[in-house]
Amino acid sequence: MTAPAPDQAPGAALPGEIEAVERRGDRVFSRVAVGAGTAILVALAAVAVFLVAQSLPAIWAPAGSFRGTDGTFWDYVAPLAFGTVWAAAIALVIAVPLAVGIALFISHYAPRRLAQPLGYIIDLLAAVPSVVYGLWGITVLAPATVPLYEWLAENAGWFPLFAGPASGTGRTVLTVAIVLAVMVLPIITALCREVFVQTPTLHQEAAYALGATWWEMVRMTVFPYARSGIISASMLGLGRALGETMAVAMVLSPSAIISFAVLQSENPSTIAANIALNFPESAGLQVNALIATGLVLFVITLIVNSLARWIVSRHERSLESR
Amino acid sequence: MTQTAPRPATTARASGAPIDATNAYVSGRLPRWAAPGLTAASLGGAITVMALLAAAGAIAEFSLVLAIAIGTISAIVLVTAISLMAEGRRAATNRFMIALVISAFVLALLPLVSVLSTVVLNGSARFDLEFFTWSMRSVIGEGGGALHAIVGTLQITAWATLISVPIGLFAAIYLVEYGRGPLARAITFFVDVMTGIPSIVAGLFAYALFVLIFGEGVRMGFAGSVALSVLMIPVVVRSSEEMLKLVPDELREASYALGVPKWLTIAKVVLPTAAAGIITGITLAIARVIGETAPLLIVAGFTSSMNYNVFSERMQSLPVFVYTQYANPGTDVDFYLERAWTGALTLIIIVMALNLIARLITRLFQPRVGR
Repeated sequence: MTAPAPDQAPGAALPGEIEAVERRGDRVFSRVAVGAGTAILVALAAVAVFLVAQSLPAIWAPAGSFRGTDGTFWDYVAPLAFGTVWAAAIALVIAVPLAVGIALFISHYAPRRLAQPLGYIIDLLAAVPSVVYGLWGITVLAPATVPLYEWLAENAGWFPLFAGPASGTGRTVLTVAIVLAVMVLPIITALCREVFVQTPTLHQEAAYALGATWWEMVRMTVFPYARSGIISASMLGLGRALGETMAVAMVLSPSAIISFAVLQSENPSTIAANIALNFPESAGLQVNALIATGLVLFVITLIVNSLARWIVSRHERSLESR
Repeated sequence: MTQTAPRPATTARASGAPIDATNAYVSGRLPRWAAPGLTAASLGGAITVMALLAAAGAIAEFSLVLAIAIGTISAIVLVTAISLMAEGRRAATNRFMIALVISAFVLALLPLVSVLSTVVLNGSARFDLEFFTWSMRSVIGEGGGALHAIVGTLQITAWATLISVPIGLFAAIYLVEYGRGPLARAITFFVDVMTGIPSIVAGLFAYALFVLIFGEGVRMGFAGSVALSVLMIPVVVRSSEEMLKLVPDELREASYALGVPKWLTIAKVVLPTAAAGIITGITLAIARVIGETAPLLIVAGFTSSMNYNVFSERMQSLPVFVYTQYANPGTDVDFYLERAWTGALTLIIIVMALNLIARLITRLFQPRVGR
């Protein structure tokens, strides 16, 4: 007889087993825990619902009711979305090679004893609030870049990105991208370092045993192992750069245009900076329009972050199946 | 005997025999001091040449950053070229990459040093008693302070902590101690999503929520707290979850074996064991949100007066104070900028102190597991 007795309900105690007494404290405690978990889900659902509800009036509004354009909402948001992605992309191009280099320095090159203090130093960059980066960017970095930009526009102006005339204030997309790169550097470095350290020691020693130099060892063992880690770290950094507000709002001199030139004084603004600059003086439909652009930003970062998580989970699965 | 026997590679070269520079067994090796020595020489050379040129009036002004940049690039080129000639292609590539990796690290230090030194230099001018005891009410030009902003930051952050810690901690307890099945998976997934919410979107959410209750144009400190807790909850959940997972199962089982109910086991055994780590995580979460500007600019607004009530009217906070001092200066721009820098200095000191406290807590109260 393998079939269970028909009168035994599933989950009931088997003969010989003692059912645990459920105490009131247990019930209260577990309900509070479930409640806290559910509250997070409810909060996130609320974020989505409220943002959509406040956005709809702007999305449905007739053409011509937005600042700086006589088109519809989508014409209003297009240059902003472009500027957001463009500035973040340049920032990433600057930050990722640097971050990989720093992570390699800390994990595989610096003396073992120095690794942790050096890591702390890079983490200090993350401790500086974004408004301070904005203040620094506008008062120190932007003026310092002006000669470089003039030189670039003169000598590399044939390259479309560096087309002149160079901005006289340095408040360009490139300066913003540099500030953003500094801001996302610590997170990308920290994540890369974590993966680099996990490279199997045996692989590295095998590479050395075959006569590889330090760089050949890194290229043959560390990079293949850490490739997906680097990609996902970069994506998470991209997510941060996309949503960064104050540094962009303070440094950039914005216009409602789509332009790839990074040195000129007319630059596409970003969604986040546009909200911060215009929200305090907006009312009515303008507020709805700004919230709707915020929703667009939310969707963009959501896609980028999900992509990063997906890459990580795929990598973890491929490691498990090995 | 001053001349010692030459090394094999040198012999081969001296006799004029062609050497295969790519073969590691035949090619020579640079002495250990070659790379650091060349780097120091080219850095020193670049700085000296630049200083001489500046003194002679050939270039407008002496720029240390530019000199170091030129020196570094020439050092990389020199080391690689000499290594290529003496040691072969593989060793040269190796030296080139090592040089790049070190320069990447040094390059990252530049903005850090620049930011910190500018903030300290410009911020110390107004880092005085008046700054911490005055608000900006009726202050035009000189004087004034950020007391209203500091009070606002403390209150808004305290309320945000009060909202986030219970929710975050209990959600973590649920995930580690109770969570099975779809609800736990959903919470894990959405906490990940929440980590990626841009701070300005959190501000917009708080605005959209409070508009429903209080009507158009609402500004209050508590709305800022709600926005900050949206950013803070995922950090608290993540760090607490990690810490609770570190508590060994033996402790729980020993407690159950003594007949202690599950909730008391969690409250009296699991939580105290993980307490240091959890408090560290919470401190770091506070440090992360206390510098947030964008959401507070949107929902808490800005003001120049004291406001002790988070539930009504606009409330200034330190990051927004820095921003408004910079963005809306009066006729004497310098006074406003000075206050902005001092605000920035105060903010950095607070954030660094929180980070330091977090590290100290970890170091002093680490759970002694596995004795």
